[in-house]
Amino acid sequence: MLKRLRENKSIQGTLLALPTTAWLFVLLIIPLVLTLIISFGRRSPDGNVIYTFTLDNYIRLFGYSTNCDNGQASCFDPLYVQILWRSLTLAFNTTLIVITMAYPLAYFIARAHPKKRNTYLFMVLIPLWTNFVIRVYAWMMLLRKEGAINIILGTVAGWLHINFAPLELLYTPGAVLVGMVYEFLPFMILPIYTSLEKIDTSLYEAAADLGANSIKTLLRVTLPLSMPGVVAGTILVFIPVMGTFIVSDILGGRQVILIGNLIQRQFLDARDPAFGSSASLILMIMTLIVTYFYTRKFGFGEEIIAA
Amino acid sequence: MNPYKRAPFVIIATTLVYIFLYAPIVGLILYSFNASRANVTFEGFITERSDKVVMDGSMVVSSPCGAFHWYCDLAKNNDVLEAAGNTMTIAITATIIATIIGTMSAIALQRYDFKIKPFSQLSLYIPIVIPEIVMGIGALTLFSQLFSWVNSTFALTGDARLSLGMATVAISHIAFMVPFVTLVVQARLQGFDKSYEEAAMDLGANEWITFRRVTFPMILPGVLSGALLAFTLSLDDFVITFFTNGPGSTTLPIYVYGLLRRIITPQVNALSTVWILVVFSAVVLLQILQSRESKQHS
Repeated sequence: MLKRLRENKSIQGTLLALPTTAWLFVLLIIPLVLTLIISFGRRSPDGNVIYTFTLDNYIRLFGYSTNCDNGQASCFDPLYVQILWRSLTLAFNTTLIVITMAYPLAYFIARAHPKKRNTYLFMVLIPLWTNFVIRVYAWMMLLRKEGAINIILGTVAGWLHINFAPLELLYTPGAVLVGMVYEFLPFMILPIYTSLEKIDTSLYEAAADLGANSIKTLLRVTLPLSMPGVVAGTILVFIPVMGTFIVSDILGGRQVILIGNLIQRQFLDARDPAFGSSASLILMIMTLIVTYFYTRKFGFGEEIIAA
Repeated sequence: MNPYKRAPFVIIATTLVYIFLYAPIVGLILYSFNASRANVTFEGFITERSDKVVMDGSMVVSSPCGAFHWYCDLAKNNDVLEAAGNTMTIAITATIIATIIGTMSAIALQRYDFKIKPFSQLSLYIPIVIPEIVMGIGALTLFSQLFSWVNSTFALTGDARLSLGMATVAISHIAFMVPFVTLVVQARLQGFDKSYEEAAMDLGANEWITFRRVTFPMILPGVLSGALLAFTLSLDDFVITFFTNGPGSTTLPIYVYGLLRRIITPQVNALSTVWILVVFSAVVLLQILQSRESKQHS
């Protein structure tokens, strides 16, 4: 028996990989199957799940409501569709802004002296390794009515002799957008840097020798060659922005509700796991669809692992 | 032509982005020395004898710890200490298990052929493409369904009842940490020549001795940086912990989140500052390990 084990490489490999594979199977795949099953269930009066097969949760998510003002049996309630749409557009806007901010910085680091590159990269990493919740809190302090941004604006207004009333910056969609951009910016910088750093500098010289100006070089050489980094960064930013609920919870107050907040509340406040599960699955399907079409269009770089 | 020349626009944009990255953190640290307990406006630094006029009834009048008043307060706060203890217990336990099983699967995936190999490899990418909240509520659903079934089947009562706690948090943490350990160690295994192991076998070493004397020392830097990465991921995690913790297993991120929804004193800032310093040290350590690894590599 032991001798057979010693000689059979296939069994050895299976045994070595088994703990990890089993762990991931039990904690990632089985829960997904459970979520799928529960999403077809119903809420029991004590906030548990009744296992049946109904599409009610999905129909409700896409606008069907039995809670109507005018006495009708059912009507269209855009509440949840609006939440889905808001999450999608916010993730889209965040990704765009993050690319615009990350690209020049990544380019700066990639073209810095090799000895200085690690220091610059390290400076990007430090905020990233500050806890997520703490980073949201830092923005809460800046955006408050008495916060630093209003103090600076007030001082500038004072110099210019303009009347200034502190702005209500916190608990607005803008605050959530800024918070999201701040949280996920480093995840875009790292992959873009990785792909920019790989570009052979002689390509820039060749472009210059052939008479390309710097804008032409950027558009025809740098940008196309760094696309794998942008794609990987987009995946690393878009997916978590779609699912995050702390940023909107703390910086958006009750004003900005995203799909993440919806799911969290269904599980912990409203105690309707069945409806929460259907929202969770729709979130997953939405991110997978976007990721699939995006990577199919632009290719999938190894930068995602490098980051 | 200077190969490192960058357009002025790039330099200005870079400076602005760095300011954007650091301004919130600088503000956070500054307010941890705030003399105002309400922490709404900055009332100046706390000094040993802050005999200032109490304006809004919330100023700190005297501070035996000097400028570090809020840090002293923090050290006396039992909730914080308990949360810090929980965070460390979970992170250390989960890191040890994730590192062991993650390294094992990396060796399997890199050095062996077996039936479920494609599935094992593919499952490592699940945590990357699925939003964390989906994983979190998935784990919550799994545990609550399983526990309610076990509790009713075996008619468990009182303390014997299974419920969410430290164990469920650690188990869920391992699930998202393992893929990172495996991928890091796998990359390290890819990088070195198989002929070292073959040479050892030719010289009469059996598989265990080859592993202990040749393979393991060579992948050790990869294992350590994988472990450190996993450790920081666990320390930092909010979402998965949020859904899988129970009474008595509050971690620091959960504790801070709870505070943000209630009252905020400069203590939160002091806690954040200490935290930034701790994680900063861990990242420096990781960097040193990785640079040593890349030096050995070349």
